[in-house]
Amino acid sequence: MATQHSRSAARLMMTPAVILLLGWMLVPLTMTLYFSFKKYLPLRGGDLGWVGFDNYIRFVSSSSFWPAVASTLIIVGGVLIITVILGTLLALLLDQPMWGQGIVRILVIAPFFVMPTVSGLVWKNMFMDPNNGFLAHLFNAFGAEPIQWLSQASMPSLIMIVSWQWLPFATLILLTAIQSLDSEQIEASEMDGAGWFNRFRFITLPHLARAITVVILIQTIFLLSIFAEIFVTTAGAFGTKTLTYLIFQRVLESQNVGLGSAGGVYAIILANIVAIFLMRIVGKNLDA
Amino acid sequence: MGKIELTQVSKSFDDTEVIPPLDLKIEDGEFVVFVGPSGCGKSTLLRLIAGLEDVTTGQVLIDGQDATDIPPAKRGLAMVFQSYALYPHMSVRKNIAFPLRMARLDKSEQDRRVSEAAKVLNLTDYLDRRPGQLSGGQRQRVAIGRAIVREPAAFLFDEPLSNLDAALRVGMRLEISELHKRLATTMIYVTHDQVEAMTMADKIVVLQAGVIEQVGSPMELYRTPRNTFVAGFIGSPRMNLLNGPNATKHDAHTIGIRPEHIAISTRAGDWPGVVGVSEHLGSDTFFHVKCDDFPEPLTVRADGDLDLRYGAKVFLTPDTAHLHRFDQKGLRLK
Repeated sequence: MATQHSRSAARLMMTPAVILLLGWMLVPLTMTLYFSFKKYLPLRGGDLGWVGFDNYIRFVSSSSFWPAVASTLIIVGGVLIITVILGTLLALLLDQPMWGQGIVRILVIAPFFVMPTVSGLVWKNMFMDPNNGFLAHLFNAFGAEPIQWLSQASMPSLIMIVSWQWLPFATLILLTAIQSLDSEQIEASEMDGAGWFNRFRFITLPHLARAITVVILIQTIFLLSIFAEIFVTTAGAFGTKTLTYLIFQRVLESQNVGLGSAGGVYAIILANIVAIFLMRIVGKNLDA
Repeated sequence: MGKIELTQVSKSFDDTEVIPPLDLKIEDGEFVVFVGPSGCGKSTLLRLIAGLEDVTTGQVLIDGQDATDIPPAKRGLAMVFQSYALYPHMSVRKNIAFPLRMARLDKSEQDRRVSEAAKVLNLTDYLDRRPGQLSGGQRQRVAIGRAIVREPAAFLFDEPLSNLDAALRVGMRLEISELHKRLATTMIYVTHDQVEAMTMADKIVVLQAGVIEQVGSPMELYRTPRNTFVAGFIGSPRMNLLNGPNATKHDAHTIGIRPEHIAISTRAGDWPGVVGVSEHLGSDTFFHVKCDDFPEPLTVRADGDLDLRYGAKVFLTPDTAHLHRFDQKGLRLK
């Protein structure tokens, strides 16, 4: 039990860290809010004064806004579904004893170490290129017409690339969770007459609930802000413009800092809405 | 019915043979305890019967039928694990009903059997709790409840009491014995604690390094241990096993005498010695006496009222009617 004295000492010693973190968060947030109420065009006159909620209204009324929100949610949702399902299956597979286990596990983790820009370019040029890509050759080998992945099926392609990157993360976390499952529980359910599927459904899956929650929450944070993969593949064309990408275009391509900042505030709101929904759906799994 | 028969059953993991071929018969309704030091293969033997491990050679017969290749769920046996292996995300009710649910029994029958088991085990008030909210003894009862509802041919217990504290263990020991009398179903119970074996068993199977050393009722094992291992393992405190000229005098390589069969006196006796540590239990006192004739100290039981201090000079006299004699290989001499 902490005494009154040790509690106040702890509070005192944590203060510098808390203040630093708070400042780290508050300074950019305040600056974003500050610019979002200004007409600020760096190459066309700079700071042109306060404009109230003009930027906010303009950002939402743009024809790109709702499609951007939609594609953000589709990418996040699609990648989450693919990585959680495949991650669980892969983790089950990797949990089986096999020859060369160590090497296989390292190989599975490998995609996670490839930088997003690099993986985007590798997929774009080596796999999805309609003339020279691996997939085009594969289609040709079977006599099929190669798909122009990034233009004809831009969203699925993007989801595929990002899923490939995040699958190792999900697999790794779920694998460690599976390994912590008490083998006596599995044996007990076996004695109780549960077949392979029922053992998975009633024992393994509930045991994984917390790990799946962690995977979903962490991935959502990172997936809401994916940028490099879009930048190097479609550059926001063919309906792959996410909210993050739209903000980037407003600030850097249109050189409109005020408008982009307003978009940033919308992005914060969207992230919070997603977070509230997620915590409602899966958050209860985190309680012990 | 729950008659189990093992014929020439052996088990090897890779190249190490943990259980050399053995035969064992367990009659219907018997309470059989497998006892032995840790690593003697008693749990492995139980898992072979359960079907959680495959036998390397030999046959497992359940009610006369060859069950060697039948999967665990179809053998009609229920097992209680050392860790209880309760499903943490299910309520007590769902835990107990799980085997019934897997057997696709209809809902009303499930409820009937669960509430019946809960009544027998005093769990009625806890049916809606999770295992994490229960005490050790209650968890143990839930694990037993999950076994009972299946109405199995035999119960298998794998060291079920080793995670409980001493007082609770005594209580659960009685409850399990009581349950056995009431259900009259075959029970196989694995333990390393010879007290549990002595108090609960109809038949004790003493194992060492995968080999059955002796099979018999508790009193048979206590009165006529077949070899020095069983003699030393059954009975608490341990039997005194003595070598040297005193053993030769009785035409044996080793003689064994239980602490309760030695008289202690301050005046006269066969073996003079000096009192070492004494353990007071109230009703009895166990003295560790260092005798001049033997390198090891002897354990002697005396009445709780006898007060002897550390270093006191005493004389021990063995009760020759209860002397056990063993040959050079450690086998009992007739």
